[in-house]
Amino acid sequence: MTLVDLILEPWTYDFMVRAFLTTTLAAVVAALLSCWLVLIGWSLMGDAVSHAVLPGVVIAYVLGVPFALGALVFGGLAVVLIGAVRDTGRVKEDAAIGIVFTTLFALGLVLVSVTPSQTDLSHIIFGNVLGVSTAELVQVAVLAVVGAAVLLVKRRDLVLFAFDPTHAHAIGLSTRRLSALLLGVLALTAVVTLQVVGVILVVAMLIIPGATASLLTRRFGRMLVLAPIISALCSITGIYLSYWLDAASGGMVVLVQGAVFAVVLLAGPRSALLRGRARTQVRARVSR
Amino acid sequence: MSGTGTPAIEVDGVTVRYGDVLALDGATLRLDAGTVCGLVGMNGSGKSTLFKAVMGMVPVTSGTVRVDGGTPARARRRGSVGYVPQTEAVDWAFPVSVRDVVAMGRYGHLGITRRPRPADRAAVEHALDRVELTDLADRQIGQLSGGQRKRAFVARGIAQDAHVLLLDEPFAGVDKRSEATIVRLLRELAADGRTVLVSSHDLHALPRLADEAVLLLRRVLFHGTVAEALEPANLARTFGLDVEAAPLDGPGGEAA
Repeated sequence: MTLVDLILEPWTYDFMVRAFLTTTLAAVVAALLSCWLVLIGWSLMGDAVSHAVLPGVVIAYVLGVPFALGALVFGGLAVVLIGAVRDTGRVKEDAAIGIVFTTLFALGLVLVSVTPSQTDLSHIIFGNVLGVSTAELVQVAVLAVVGAAVLLVKRRDLVLFAFDPTHAHAIGLSTRRLSALLLGVLALTAVVTLQVVGVILVVAMLIIPGATASLLTRRFGRMLVLAPIISALCSITGIYLSYWLDAASGGMVVLVQGAVFAVVLLAGPRSALLRGRARTQVRARVSR
Repeated sequence: MSGTGTPAIEVDGVTVRYGDVLALDGATLRLDAGTVCGLVGMNGSGKSTLFKAVMGMVPVTSGTVRVDGGTPARARRRGSVGYVPQTEAVDWAFPVSVRDVVAMGRYGHLGITRRPRPADRAAVEHALDRVELTDLADRQIGQLSGGQRKRAFVARGIAQDAHVLLLDEPFAGVDKRSEATIVRLLRELAADGRTVLVSSHDLHALPRLADEAVLLLRRVLFHGTVAEALEPANLARTFGLDVEAAPLDGPGGEAA
């Protein structure tokens, strides 16, 4: 079997074609969102919301409504609960986040365990991109397009919100509304991405691409191009590896993402190896 | 610019509480258009809170704030208030260029996607030129020196066409030459009819910078000429028990 056969063979199976399409869509929208999340410092928030959607998704399954609806409700609930616990002033914010999202995630696990179903709901937790149906692919496509469109249309406002919320407020923008918008897209993206890597690993897709891109450029506009490309290539590579090695697809996708991040961190243009030199330059500039 | 007679900033008996902490206690202040005012006080004296009150960012327990004769909310909608954050409040590694930062001043004037029109681009270039950063406009913001960074944010306020500029500790970490440039720039902006309120716990720039000074310790202790504000008795009240040490140890020693 030649290399070309190895690369083309998976495309002869419909389920693999659906897997590649789903993966690419999820990788792109999650990577776009990740650019903002890493800059605002919302990694933990991404972790929280992506886990907290689990009970919403299970309940949506039981009621036969779109997963996105349940995810939005529980994503929003998580944010409200985190704010309420934090605002009591009795625990710090990171503790509030940790308590709320693990509790909601646990609720989701319990609901999964007691819900009789033909499809295995554990797929929501670990991902099952090789088993995605056409209907699920359509849902993923719609949500991914909506999520990406919202982010791109509001991208300047969201950059301002991430960079200087005080100025955003001072010129009459609602920082509360922008933050809610970003969290809403986060919940939608969690639904899209969990199809590929599962609820547990969604946060990887929401952080690693943006972090990798931020190592490669000092321009936000370029981050928005680099992150989705890198994320899509990593994810497709991960799917190939899982096919060839018969290993967990979700795990493979995230492993490749993490490996590429590590390579860029160590050997990229602004890597640790080169940083000594860069720092000297900055010092020279500042002292001028 | 605002009509004659209407104060640019009018703070009347404003009290702000954060939980049990009293941040402002009946602060009263009236600033006319076209003046540069130094806002002097210790850390925790309420300088930042006063700024936030002017921008309508904190709930006011009692009292009223008026900007250009209207509410802070109206001033925000009109883009009347520009803000230059203190150095520690900015993520200098953020991937935006100097021009991107200045362009953020225009967002209030723009449509849903904030796509700049030719007039907005021209306003941004004009503002960059005004603060002499045109050559550095494509640099990432963190690649500028301390003084250049401040000028970039002042340019954002110019691009915004803000009537009122609030600057939070603009001279911290800024070398002497840049400081002189910023002082000249702020004087020019006041000459245009803008109102500039500069918070500082650092006194030596005040005489050249400000037309008047406000001494703040949760309420306004003094509002008048810079020379009077810098008199030891006034500084003593402002800086509390550190009276002997504060003016002598700090760079404000000569001025006082």
